[in-house]
Amino acid sequence: MAQADALYVDYLPVLLAAIVGFVLVFSALIGSRLLAPFSQEREKGTTYECGMLPLQRASTNFGMRFYLYAILFVVFDVEAVFIFPWALSFMGIGQFAYWSMVVFIGILGLGLGYAWKKGALQWR
Amino acid sequence: MSEQPLQAPIRRPATPMLRQIEDRPGLKEMALGVPFGLKVIGAIMGLGALVLMAAVGYLVVDGRLDGQWYDVRDLGHAVAGLRDWLDGEGVDHRLTWLITGALGGLAIMSIVGGWLLIGSWVERRVIAKFQIRMGPNRTGLFGLLQPIADAVKLMTKEIIIPRGADRFLYYIPPVLVFVPAMLGWAPIPWAPNMAYMDINVGVLYVVAISSIGVLAIFLAGWSSNNHYSLLGAMRTVAMMISYEIPISLALLSVVLLTQSMQLSEIVAFQGHYHVWMIAIIPFAAFAFLFASTAEINRSPNDIGEAESEIVAGFYTEYSGMKAGLFMAVELAHAILVGALMATFFLGGYTLFGLEEWVPGYLILAAKIGAVYFLFVWLRGTLPRFRLDQLMGFAWKFLIPLGIIQAFIVAIEASVFVRVDAPAFITLGAFAVVNLASTVVMVRFWADRLGYAPAQHATKPELTNALGGLKAAQRLRS
Repeated sequence: MAQADALYVDYLPVLLAAIVGFVLVFSALIGSRLLAPFSQEREKGTTYECGMLPLQRASTNFGMRFYLYAILFVVFDVEAVFIFPWALSFMGIGQFAYWSMVVFIGILGLGLGYAWKKGALQWR
Repeated sequence: MSEQPLQAPIRRPATPMLRQIEDRPGLKEMALGVPFGLKVIGAIMGLGALVLMAAVGYLVVDGRLDGQWYDVRDLGHAVAGLRDWLDGEGVDHRLTWLITGALGGLAIMSIVGGWLLIGSWVERRVIAKFQIRMGPNRTGLFGLLQPIADAVKLMTKEIIIPRGADRFLYYIPPVLVFVPAMLGWAPIPWAPNMAYMDINVGVLYVVAISSIGVLAIFLAGWSSNNHYSLLGAMRTVAMMISYEIPISLALLSVVLLTQSMQLSEIVAFQGHYHVWMIAIIPFAAFAFLFASTAEINRSPNDIGEAESEIVAGFYTEYSGMKAGLFMAVELAHAILVGALMATFFLGGYTLFGLEEWVPGYLILAAKIGAVYFLFVWLRGTLPRFRLDQLMGFAWKFLIPLGIIQAFIVAIEASVFVRVDAPAFITLGAFAVVNLASTVVMVRFWADRLGYAPAQHATKPELTNALGGLKAAQRLRS
């Protein structure tokens, strides 16, 4: 079997388990579809606002903080992609690999420090 | 007012509920009150378990349980035996593979499904004990049928789709949030040969699978067209992505020390040196535990579904079985994280050589139960944290210290490979160094950030004033 095929075969169990999971979820949903009553009353579909009528759609402007965290997260998540292969291979390369990763993380740390200093992590 | 010596108030049950607790039969009366038939059944089952254990022990000593298909210590042998037999019968190889794969999938489903049947009862009973209540005790013996009653109730509830909802996106999240909770079980080893899918990048797989839930939660919040939902989804997504980084840094420390991303090898490392990772890298274990409670939206970090602020968070607009799936996935995630915690930091299926005698999956199940009890304990003890506290804790505390810890562990890992000393000396030295560095880092950094221990008494004054469970027992005797 070719190398690529072997790789796919390694991950096919994920597909099988996912199918089993879908079966479990859909059986629960279909069970509720069969058992639950349905009514077509218009007022039931109103958005829940603790009794008030909603004034506008919910998809309005939103706090800026969340997006700043998202940007910071993207930076550090890419770092995770780099650092796991490094963790397995730096032993064979030696000190140079260690210090280059220290420098790389240091640059990211500077970025985090800058965001911190600018107040991006402060919730106001 | 004259100075009167403070007298201890007479402790009497303040509420009908406490009176009920006081009148509760003790252990002795409960044992006497058990019906005779139940006693006989229990005695038979206990004797049977003893006989089974003695038989397994005899077979192990006798050397007959050495990796044959009937080796109960490791069900992987049974699957391998089945595969060999099917191949010998001339069945197509792909069909054999499909059958064994589907068997594994069904096994995962039975773990999760079985837990969904019992889990909510366990959680509610245990949390009731913490809060001096009874918990569910009306449906069936000890309220054991409560989860089934809940499931039937949720199934027969009307499903309401809000008018402003994005109908297509609204249907996806209950499914999308549940399936990863099952996929996460795939790489976990239950015994040396008993893993559903022993891939060599297991750690990355776990991290990747755990981040699918974020998508589902944001879809749920966005498609509901509800301010509570959107706010809850935004909070949850911000918190989950923030705490993903401490998780990957904690796992990085484990990977550095064991030099493998394969979960079975991580467990084998701990079994080989007879040490748990939590002893060597305590900071990573703590970071993983705390961050994973945030990752799965459990109390004390369930800010995304804080009832007192935003009704039910991202699933406010879901009803019936769809909301039920969101609640079920919390239970399923809790034991999944328990299994991951046990595998990475608590030795997995190994227990200092006992795995030769006791089936490994039983040991792992016991560890999962212990971690789950810790989760319930946290839920019963700690109040909910504020959002800014949580985010600040992730970004200002866990991430910087996690990075420093990872680099310390990297140096130790290269020392561990190069130095030719007995492992218990080097690993013991690492444990001491890491504990000391953790204490120093945490003290220094917490001082810099202005985190301070609580200056006031944190004893449960109110519970004591009411009498408490112990006081009621003392009064009775």
